[in-house]
Amino acid sequence: MRAALVTRPLDIAALVAEVAHPGTGATTLFVGTVRDQHEGRAVSGIDYEAYGPMALRELETILAEAAERFATDRIVVEHRLGTLAVTEASIAIAVAAPRRVAALEAQRYVIEAVKARVPIFKREHYVDGTRAWVDNRGGSVVATSPTSAVAT
Amino acid sequence: MTTTVLLFASWADAFGPSLAVELPEGARVADLLDVIGSRAAGRPLPKPMVAVNQRYATPDQVIQVGDEVAIIPPVAGG
Repeated sequence: MRAALVTRPLDIAALVAEVAHPGTGATTLFVGTVRDQHEGRAVSGIDYEAYGPMALRELETILAEAAERFATDRIVVEHRLGTLAVTEASIAIAVAAPRRVAALEAQRYVIEAVKARVPIFKREHYVDGTRAWVDNRGGSVVATSPTSAVAT
Repeated sequence: MTTTVLLFASWADAFGPSLAVELPEGARVADLLDVIGSRAAGRPLPKPMVAVNQRYATPDQVIQVGDEVAIIPPVAGG
């Protein structure tokens, strides 16, 4: 198992290679990427920032939970921080297990837990020049410069 | 006691990366949220969670001198 917060582009192939093992027959890969729209607004990029030490601790806790539930420790997750452009990968999770069900379910468990619990925050940049912090429940939280702060 | 509270995202935009908060001895997380909430009055900030020593805290957890305390806005990883 390995979790990391990184500021460089994610190397997807390296993560798949990292979980490979002769005893595994199924490998799953999840890649989260920056989408070009959010609730009808055109998005040009996203800033990701984290409460780094706690975020890493939570990621490691989630991997340990997944390993216990799904009986595989061939799990790696990397989350990128900084400013990402549309189509760039913000998170990648690779899981390898002896059989497909464990690999698929562990994958789902990890991404859902990351979205719910890990203290990582994102600010979307819109094509119209505005920016806003958003959360994983889908709403814009607080608009920031260059507009004045307005709850939406 | 003076507790330094770490802030992130919209909360850091409003107050900077940390905030010194005066709390009575034996104060709980709920007391901290009251103090923070009054500072945030009138600002459009999302309701946060609190972490103590890098773990999510319950409202009745007592804050000790030297604890690492953080205000956690709604998360958005993934």
